[in-house]
Amino acid sequence: MADDFIKDLCGRVAAAATRKAPLAIRGGGTKAFYGGAPEGEPLDVTGYSGIVVYEPKELVLTVRAGTRLEAVEAALAAERQMLPFEPPHFAPGATIGGTVATGLSGPRRPYTGAVRDFVLGTRIVNGKGEDLSFGGRVIKNVAGYDVSRLMAGALGTLGIVTEVSFKVLPRPPAEVTLAFEYPEATATEAANRWAGLPLPLSATAWEGGVLRVRLSGAESAVAAARGKMGGAEVADASGWWRELRDHRLPYFATQRPLWRVSLPQTAEAITLPHPQLVEWGGGLRWVSGELDVLSIRSTAERLGGHATLFRGGDKAVGVFQPLQPALLKIHRRLKQAFDPAGILNPRRMYDF
Amino acid sequence: MATVTESTLSPALSQGRGGNAPPSAEGRGRILAALQRIPGLAVISDDEGLKPFETDAYISHRETPLLAALPDNEEQVRDVVRACAKLGVPVVSRGAGTGISGGAIPRSDGVLLVMAKMRRVLEVDPAARTATVEPGVRNVKVSEAALSSGLFYAPDPSSQLICSIGGNVAENSGGVHCLKYGLTTHNLMAVRAIDADGDILEMGSRALDAAGLDLMALITGSEGNLGVVTRVTVKLVPLPERTETLLAAFGSVRQAAEAVGEIIGAGVIPAALEMMDRVVIEACERFLAMGFPVGAEALLLAEVDGGYEEAGEALDQVRGILERNGASEIRVAASEAERAGLWRSRKGAFAALATILPDFYTIDGTIPRRCLPDVLERIVELSAEYGMTVGNVFHAGDGNIHPCIFYDAMKPGELERSEEFGGRILELCVEVGGTITGEHGVGLEKLKQMCFQFRDPEIAAFHDVKHAFDPGDIMNPGKAVPTLKRCAEWGGTHVRAGQVPRPDIPRF
Repeated sequence: MADDFIKDLCGRVAAAATRKAPLAIRGGGTKAFYGGAPEGEPLDVTGYSGIVVYEPKELVLTVRAGTRLEAVEAALAAERQMLPFEPPHFAPGATIGGTVATGLSGPRRPYTGAVRDFVLGTRIVNGKGEDLSFGGRVIKNVAGYDVSRLMAGALGTLGIVTEVSFKVLPRPPAEVTLAFEYPEATATEAANRWAGLPLPLSATAWEGGVLRVRLSGAESAVAAARGKMGGAEVADASGWWRELRDHRLPYFATQRPLWRVSLPQTAEAITLPHPQLVEWGGGLRWVSGELDVLSIRSTAERLGGHATLFRGGDKAVGVFQPLQPALLKIHRRLKQAFDPAGILNPRRMYDF
Repeated sequence: MATVTESTLSPALSQGRGGNAPPSAEGRGRILAALQRIPGLAVISDDEGLKPFETDAYISHRETPLLAALPDNEEQVRDVVRACAKLGVPVVSRGAGTGISGGAIPRSDGVLLVMAKMRRVLEVDPAARTATVEPGVRNVKVSEAALSSGLFYAPDPSSQLICSIGGNVAENSGGVHCLKYGLTTHNLMAVRAIDADGDILEMGSRALDAAGLDLMALITGSEGNLGVVTRVTVKLVPLPERTETLLAAFGSVRQAAEAVGEIIGAGVIPAALEMMDRVVIEACERFLAMGFPVGAEALLLAEVDGGYEEAGEALDQVRGILERNGASEIRVAASEAERAGLWRSRKGAFAALATILPDFYTIDGTIPRRCLPDVLERIVELSAEYGMTVGNVFHAGDGNIHPCIFYDAMKPGELERSEEFGGRILELCVEVGGTITGEHGVGLEKLKQMCFQFRDPEIAAFHDVKHAFDPGDIMNPGKAVPTLKRCAEWGGTHVRAGQVPRPDIPRF
């Protein structure tokens, strides 16, 4: 059954390549808003689902890409484990394939790692209709170029992700959220100072003059850190972090365009009249409003980061920060190598 | 002019790019003249001067480079690459030369780019927890530079005193603490490199992600095939407040392996979890007189760290699990001196092993941890088949095994047999769902085993990736990825009785 799915998929892709007919790879469709607009014949990959291998004592999970994220998280939770990059759901139905393809990580990212950090192996179907496996199911592996990590965030432009192996981690037994009334600059400074100390930080977020800090770890570690850091404990905060992760906080309930500005954590505050929410110890700044695209991109570049038109707005300005010519050259060549007919999610990332 | 005798040319070296024959005196003169025109660049062209660069730490292969260049800055690197690209001359880059799979072994028809002079620590930013260094900076130097800020650079390959950061990026180096802290790839913010066109590639960023494809993931572990690294920004992490180290002795490898699984199953991620088998224990005992219990078949060295309370809680948990799993003796270091003492058994293991026989060949493969006891039993059987002793030291937490095969290089054929035996162990790793290299890289050593782990379309995809960065195939050609032709030639030795071993095991 599973083999038949891959065989059919390879056949469909090969046929589309011959016809040069674009394919819009589709999982749960919960992140279809992200990146360039999907073009071409929809290619539903949700039929390829299920956990292939899960060995809690190995900290390794192999899962088919059509599997729902919530099903994977439930299986992990039953063993007191988790996907360490805290992926967003945005809406019910999000799949593992979409999670890897978009490469989006949640509040835990600065303290534990990003999607790409926990990808151990991927199986893909490239634009020639070939079924390929890279990486593996073991934590340490340096055989061949790390093509599996390359798939994280590639938006399906190089291949259709069909299976993924992840390194997973134990779920911390204790969690506490502290709140501090700080202006933005003080909040960012404090978050970076704490991150340089052996404290069990697992998330930070600043909005409207309040810095929230989540601590996760052993009971004793969380209790000790709380004692050292001060602040006011926020009761039942797990729901708040989930709403932040999934963009369901009131801040995100807007019709204005949402910009995702990724900056060095210690970069100065961006002065704009638009509302901002700052995550990742200063590393991720959400700005909602009609921004001048050239100005936000040049600000991001000057500060050492990049700006993405995350949701809404006019995509004609380019969703992602333009690449330096030398990097763009490599991108084009990789696209040409993996998808010579240019049929996989064309223009979802850049102009190819 | 550098000459290479037939006996020093390994079959592996002569793969790819139609061989490795030195070019004509005229060809050599052209590239020498081009390099000498680069302002301020140190060029070595005499045999005497080139001699020290004949090999890296994969000492069974040697080659004299055509020329060696020692750039002092990025512009010189770019100019060397451009000159080589123009004349179609291969470029092999070399850090400290500590790699043990042959990734930095030069070519007699190529320029060796020695990065040792680019060794400035450009910046340590305590608030951002990053350090920016040139590629020739030694691994340990980064942590030394960060120490006063209460931070360190986590990846710690065993050669960390001398190996360079550029080499670490090229090999995606690991170390004993990667179960908790990750490999090199997890500890990089940004990498700057010169590609084969002489263009500067800025991959990653000071932010937590970068626009576009994750090219930094590709160049990390690419063994000098995709570019020459000129600058690296690494992530620094807080020094733990407390570190606890335990050593436990077990009556069987299986018991020790089960204890490891239980520790991780209980939700503890130790900073290090190292295992040694009886051959190694006995060698250590003779060499270091550690006073281990007689009859111990396996030793487990565990380290937990973090905040004061966190490390204390983890220590109690780990000790309890070791006791329940039948450890015959448990020692917990009560002081820094005792901690160093316990680590001596692990760090001194290779020196101790050298007392068994003059030469040994260290294998590097990774397996799913649950397969450890079975794989070790198979290695014992193979050891009997080959009549060669094997000692096992491994990173038990992540399933990265390092069997050491003992041989006597003075006896004809022993080296070759040890390599064949090693190849069998690596094939065994793939059969159980693991990989042919956990942290040492492919280089020249494991080209053959790459054909065992990957199928032709995957090997072809690796070549495509290389050509995206290096269309002319001038950067470290012939290393890391075998040619499809070679795989076809080697194929027969791997598919035994016409069967791919264990076809039921998915190949990733």
